[in-house]
Amino acid sequence: MIDQTQLWIVIIGLGLGSFLLRFTFIGLVGGRPIPEWMLRHLRYTAVAILPALVAPLVAWPAATDGQLDPPRLLAAAATLAVGLATRNVFGAILAGALVLYSSMYLLG
Amino acid sequence: MSTTTPKTQPARPAFWRGCADSAPFLLVVGPFAVLFGVLATEAGLNVTETMAFSIAVIAGAAQFTALQLMVEDAPTLIILASALAVNLRMAMYSASLTPYLGAAPLWQRAFLSYFILDQSYACSIVEFEKRPQLSISERLAYFAGTSMPIVPAWYIFTYAGAVLGTQIPEAWALDFALPITFLALVAPMLRTPAHVVAALVSIVVSLLMAWVPYSLGLLIAGLVAMIAGAQTELYFDHKNAAKGLAQ
Repeated sequence: MIDQTQLWIVIIGLGLGSFLLRFTFIGLVGGRPIPEWMLRHLRYTAVAILPALVAPLVAWPAATDGQLDPPRLLAAAATLAVGLATRNVFGAILAGALVLYSSMYLLG
Repeated sequence: MSTTTPKTQPARPAFWRGCADSAPFLLVVGPFAVLFGVLATEAGLNVTETMAFSIAVIAGAAQFTALQLMVEDAPTLIILASALAVNLRMAMYSASLTPYLGAAPLWQRAFLSYFILDQSYACSIVEFEKRPQLSISERLAYFAGTSMPIVPAWYIFTYAGAVLGTQIPEAWALDFALPITFLALVAPMLRTPAHVVAALVSIVVSLLMAWVPYSLGLLIAGLVAMIAGAQTELYFDHKNAAKGLAQ
């Protein structure tokens, strides 16, 4: 179970930190240009971190005690494929859910 | 009969244009917020804690990251660092909006900072580039409009998810809603070779680093992948520049 003190430190710390990230440039840095190398790295934050969070959840799902699970693997592949092909977030989620449920029904 | 020709149609007030442009994003924001509410309650948070989370942070991906790491019992510092790393893109949005909104008074800039979201940024930057003639107050009105549908929806749907929470049966395999949602968010972002390289490096390094204690592997993978993306971009820039010279 999640520790109460830790939870509130995370909520408040993440809230303040997120605000600072949003405020720093527009509020403090103002019109000064941001160095190109920094922008070049910031451009990739989302694609650098989100897959790293997802990969272990796909490879070793907690729901199957860390065993590779075919329905979950297929669902992940379907989501990625539809997302790449259509560029549509909603469609990709639907495809993933559809494949997850149908393959759990067929394989499970 | 009047012969006066109508003056050019007055543009719809910027505020309402902003609302209309961001409204379609509700299709993604609504379910995403419900999912956060549900997963947060399943992780043991009560409704107040879940709402505090959504109101204080108002950034889905970072909230999910923090939640997942808390469930994994990661140390507080690692949780904060990882979730803030997910939110680093907000700093990029802030930087990119500065040329358009930086002239507003400080208190307004502080106020609008809270409302810098994926959706409000995506709409605003397109609008500001498309209509460079907009005054600063029109830009502020447009920006306010873009967060108008999104922010209340984020609160309300988080609440709905938190109330629904534990009633959802295990057979629904909701554990996998988070991976699917994140994959669906990432796939459309893979527009350039550099984005693809960053994502691949991110996957490989995070799997290789799974043994690292305190969930530090996520931060390491993120950092390495960011550098990989930036380096790939440089590589292609140089290659294209060389090609340009050769022609």
